[in-house]
Amino acid sequence: MRYSGWKVFAEGLRGNRGWTRAWADPAPRDSYDTLIIGGGGHGLAAAYYLARNHGITDVAVLEKGLIGQGNVGRNTTIVRANYGLPGNSEFYSHSLKLWEGLESELNYNVMHSQRGLINLFHSDGQRDAFARRGNMMINQGDDAVLLDREGVRRLLPYLDYEQTRFPIYGGLYHPRGGTARHDAVAWGYARAASARGIHLLQNCEVTGIDVQAGRVTGVQTTRGAIRAKRVAIVVAGRSSQVAAMAGLRLPIESHVLQAFVTEGLKPVIDHVVSFGMGHFYISQSDKGGLVFGGDIDFYASYAARGNLPMVEHVMEAGMTLMPMIGRARVLRSWGGIMDMTPDGSPIIDRTPVEGLYLDAGWNYGGFKAVPASGWCLAHLMATGQSHPVAARFRLDRFATGAVIDEEGTGSQHNLH
Amino acid sequence: MRLTCPHCGPRDRREFYYAGADVLLNRPAADAPPEAWDAYLHLRDNPAGLTRDLWYHETGCGAWLAVTRDTVTHRIDRVEPVAAPVPAPARKGRRA
Repeated sequence: MRYSGWKVFAEGLRGNRGWTRAWADPAPRDSYDTLIIGGGGHGLAAAYYLARNHGITDVAVLEKGLIGQGNVGRNTTIVRANYGLPGNSEFYSHSLKLWEGLESELNYNVMHSQRGLINLFHSDGQRDAFARRGNMMINQGDDAVLLDREGVRRLLPYLDYEQTRFPIYGGLYHPRGGTARHDAVAWGYARAASARGIHLLQNCEVTGIDVQAGRVTGVQTTRGAIRAKRVAIVVAGRSSQVAAMAGLRLPIESHVLQAFVTEGLKPVIDHVVSFGMGHFYISQSDKGGLVFGGDIDFYASYAARGNLPMVEHVMEAGMTLMPMIGRARVLRSWGGIMDMTPDGSPIIDRTPVEGLYLDAGWNYGGFKAVPASGWCLAHLMATGQSHPVAARFRLDRFATGAVIDEEGTGSQHNLH
Repeated sequence: MRLTCPHCGPRDRREFYYAGADVLLNRPAADAPPEAWDAYLHLRDNPAGLTRDLWYHETGCGAWLAVTRDTVTHRIDRVEPVAAPVPAPARKGRRA
């Protein structure tokens, strides 16, 4: 079924009785050509692009819960391409271009809103660093505008410009940055993949990976054994556990990242804004809630809930930047589990097990990467070659030293 | 979260600096093969459940502590001093 404004209108006249399920619920087969473990944004996108770009439709996506219930729905929904280092820069640039065509591609409203992203800076040194980053973004073909204090004030009149502790010197404006509705991204890819014949197997948890003579032969699941020639692990947040089923140890430590949302308010914050002197970023959802977050809690955790020190830090940073949000009441907070790699960059690569692929290590940047991650993983699995924009996301880069340390803090587990 | 420092008693999490899994205590020999160093520096078991990791009582007594805890529930089972000294970690300027 093709969605359109006319369809909504026509169904409205007919009592909305004509809508059908967005995706099929098939019974698992004994074997597939390709299995994707993980029905989050990345896994669904990979399945979709396997079919769309490479004509591979004998694919099943194995999801332990329901589509859209995992980390794809536990983020702050920001979409941007403002990276500097080779490896990240071309990849996120590619991803943003895919985002820009995603709704017509999927025939699904993912509510992608290019409302602009502004990273504030608060010192001369930080301005120089952001000017350099802006030039790197422009060199990559993306957009960046360096705003001075008055330029920021015109866009964001509600910030506290009077305080002396963290004065606002300006901001790096990325007009094509913005947000998207996160679970709609999962639903859109699920629907489009299902329409191309891909099996989405929900409530199907993988409990073992079968490896014979160094080659993957299939998986064991809660819905029975399934054979396959190629298997991809796309389960960021649980990558270490699933990889361990194939005897692998990964360069990943799991951390919890908290986020918060307030009660619904009238439109007040038109952009995505980040504070440069503490970890705080904020946007307003279409429903009206202020969605904001900060840094990880900085200790290994799978708890999906954080501790109070980071809550306090995020609230303090928000109040420092825009005191008006003190009037809003926080509705809820949650924690998402992040695959943290030593250098803070992801992995899309083969593994030492023949036929077993890994898409993991998304740190706290996985949501905006969904389209390109799926695109590049599908390319790798279909052609055997890394896609050019993901060629540096290698599993062995820590051993070889070819790390991608965007923050420049050092390639060490506890520093990102 | 609070950690009970063996020297200082129960203290707020903010007094401690987290260094990572206790694999850091098993430093390979200088002439160990590169794979051993890769495993030491980068590869982690990363368990969902019981783990043992290293914390530095930064704004307290300055002791390095090995903490046995549950990563799923945040329950702390045991906090003990690390027997062998560990070099001070590289620091990040901005952190909780």
